Amino acid sequence: MADITLRINGSQHRVSVAPDTPLLWVLRDTLQLTGTKFGCGAGLCGACTVHLDGGAIRSCSIPVSQASGKNITTIEGLSANGLHALQQAWIAEQVPQCGYCQTGQIMAAAALLAKTPQPSDDQITQAMNGNLCRCGTYDRIRRAIHRAAGGAQ
Amino acid sequence: MSPLSRREFLSVGAAAGAGLVIGFYLPHGSRGAKDTFAPNAYLKIAPDGNITVVVARSEMGQGVRTALPMILAEELEADWKQIAIEQAGASTLYGDQTTGGSASVRTTWDPMRKAGAAAREMLISAGALEWGVPRASCKAQNSAIIHSDSNRRLTYGQLASKAAGLPIPTDPPLKQAKDYQIVGKAIPRLDVPAKVDGTAEYGIDFRVPGMKYAVLSRCAVAGGKVASFDDKEAKKISGVSYVGKVGDSAVAVVADNVWSAMEGRRSLNVQWDDGPNASLNSAAIYDSLKKASSGKSATLYSVGDVSKVQGRRIESTYELPFMAHAPMEPGNCTAQFRGSACELWAPTQVPQDVRDSVAQVLAISPDQVKVNVTLMGGGFGRRLEHDYGVEVVLVSKAVNAPVKVIWTREDDMRNSTYRPASYHQLSAVLDGAGWPIAFSHRIVSPSISAQKGTPGDGGIDPDLKDEAGLVYSIPNVVLEYVDVQTPVPLGWMRSVYALQAGFASESFIDELASAARKDPLDYRLHLLANDQDVRYFDTIWRTSRMRGVLQLAAEKGGWGKGLPAGHYQGIACFACFSSYVAEVVEISMDNAQPRVHRVVAAIDCGQVVNPNILEQQIQGGVIYALTNAMRAQITIDKGRVVQGNFDDYAPVRMNEAPVVEAYFVPSSEAPTGAGEPPVPPLAAALSNAIYAATRKRVRSLPLLT
Repeated sequence: MADITLRINGSQHRVSVAPDTPLLWVLRDTLQLTGTKFGCGAGLCGACTVHLDGGAIRSCSIPVSQASGKNITTIEGLSANGLHALQQAWIAEQVPQCGYCQTGQIMAAAALLAKTPQPSDDQITQAMNGNLCRCGTYDRIRRAIHRAAGGAQ
Repeated sequence: MSPLSRREFLSVGAAAGAGLVIGFYLPHGSRGAKDTFAPNAYLKIAPDGNITVVVARSEMGQGVRTALPMILAEELEADWKQIAIEQAGASTLYGDQTTGGSASVRTTWDPMRKAGAAAREMLISAGALEWGVPRASCKAQNSAIIHSDSNRRLTYGQLASKAAGLPIPTDPPLKQAKDYQIVGKAIPRLDVPAKVDGTAEYGIDFRVPGMKYAVLSRCAVAGGKVASFDDKEAKKISGVSYVGKVGDSAVAVVADNVWSAMEGRRSLNVQWDDGPNASLNSAAIYDSLKKASSGKSATLYSVGDVSKVQGRRIESTYELPFMAHAPMEPGNCTAQFRGSACELWAPTQVPQDVRDSVAQVLAISPDQVKVNVTLMGGGFGRRLEHDYGVEVVLVSKAVNAPVKVIWTREDDMRNSTYRPASYHQLSAVLDGAGWPIAFSHRIVSPSISAQKGTPGDGGIDPDLKDEAGLVYSIPNVVLEYVDVQTPVPLGWMRSVYALQAGFASESFIDELASAARKDPLDYRLHLLANDQDVRYFDTIWRTSRMRGVLQLAAEKGGWGKGLPAGHYQGIACFACFSSYVAEVVEISMDNAQPRVHRVVAAIDCGQVVNPNILEQQIQGGVIYALTNAMRAQITIDKGRVVQGNFDDYAPVRMNEAPVVEAYFVPSSEAPTGAGEPPVPPLAAALSNAIYAATRKRVRSLPLLT
């Protein structure tokens, strides 16, 4: 066990956990930030996507010790009121079905738009290809990203 | 416990839905706060005007938490903005609550409409009494009763307590489709906002104070058992508080958090007795299916006599593998054992089965088991089982604390129940013009229901009655089924046998069209040209409705209208769960692999409740089916499932996902299935497109191995 300080959604959190614990389980179990989902435990599905210093990472595959000292953003902290442009676009396009993968999808899309405000279809595919959806919402995800980017629909 | 088969459940549910549920109206004042108007188990109207609709089916993404309230709100003449939902747990008030068989809308259509209409009629009476005016001079509109003659208006909230004292009409008048204000509209889903800000609470998110977490080491071979285990190293892991057997075939590791439980399991040493299936492998299973194909069959459907037909004979066989549901939310369940009672928080499609199974294993009365239904991160049939409910209560009992069991992705892939593998023999005789005058299809596949101890009458798996019909007008047809036993655990996976039957049958029809040198669309339309009713078990299939979806898909898909260079189309249609779907798939070939550019789907599922949700079901069904066709395959080696995670069981990702266009045949028929019918045509339409591109016929799935 080790005491680790994490900066999550702008706030400092001190946790006492095994240092090799994946960030995902610290977020979910220790800090009760359950918007970040467990899907595969192996970096294959993207349901656990969060931002580390602005970049999209799979929180199931990074030990919490490596996240210490960095800015971590989860879906709960993506916007002050849950109304990030992407979240609004997700509602407008009615993207979610079961919804389980969608917070990870939105975090991946947010990292994309932060770097590439007007992504092409190919750039969207490249950025989003690591995020699985078993309900088949891919086409609506693409439309929602374009909408949030201010592109024509 | 002797559970009914899924299909029997559904038909009982439908019957109960039509009549009995209304009989379950609660006595006044037995539920909710004082002055709340709760004329039946589905509805509560509070004096402040808030309307709560109880949803007695499980939300796994298919939109029931929006679609079912829409049906009730329509008849209630409610202001949609005032509607909130409450999820029913396992209950005795709503008939069968199984969420499966594409049945949620079709089995609740009548009870939800009647529940809303009865309340509306009572509110109209309450308004008339309040004002002392004739009832006929009052009408319901937008959550209020209006007396136009005197320009007076009272809201439902204002009338709630008065309405609660009135007699409940048993046969209230129902609205006509032309007057619908809510049903048929693309109303935004109620569950979407919480699903985009992270606040939606799935089963895996639910917490009980003091809750422990458990992961189980389960025998990798079906029928195997724990011989012994050594927990010394596991117990050294910080946070691990208990290690113990669960039943005969699993060991639970319980800890303060998920990661400690997983680490504990990694350090656990279990000796397994693999049992009688230790040498089972996929090749032997396929052999057994082929061998069984010449054995005794049960007849699903027969017309004319195929044995007497002479002409040009075409024969073919098709083969499909076991498949796993793989919903995004891995298996999990939370339970608190409390001596003579137990409470569960279950992401389940079968709350009542979970209740009954748990009661049996704990040897307590079912009414002492409370099952709360959580949101589900997909189901696809995996959560029609109740293994997760039984094991979690045993762990909770063992540690005398609330426990959440979490399955890893590998647990979910390797200890699941699987869509059965199948082998298909097809045969047809063509007349001189190339039209089939005889058609035979023998389906060889293990029976899911028989394996679960409830074989259907006459050796016919009951699911086949919804999933293996043939709608074409052909004078001599025989459809047969051969059950084969397998130790591989079987489950109902989205569209169940319709995927196998549709792939084989619609690929074969394409073969016949090709043999006859006719266009695949024209060939099908010719076989549907005459209006005919085809009775297949309890369903009357209409050639006209199948013709309608084919024509719509072909028109919207631009069939035969010219394609970009290197693009090819395939078409297929299939009917199941009382609905009709046709799909046109457009592909190009890239290094002998298909790239799917566009899928155009047309459905006839009767009255559309919410076109947005229906489009989602079609888009989702097509993408799910594309994974099934391209790569989904569970193989068995040494009794064990080989695949473990999303690398070797790889669903379609965005780069492979085509645009999916959905079109609906306008209809005022009662709603029929929507979640599963879009699945079966896809694999055949894709294979038929591959044939158009390569002149090579796909006869086994998956396409890519």
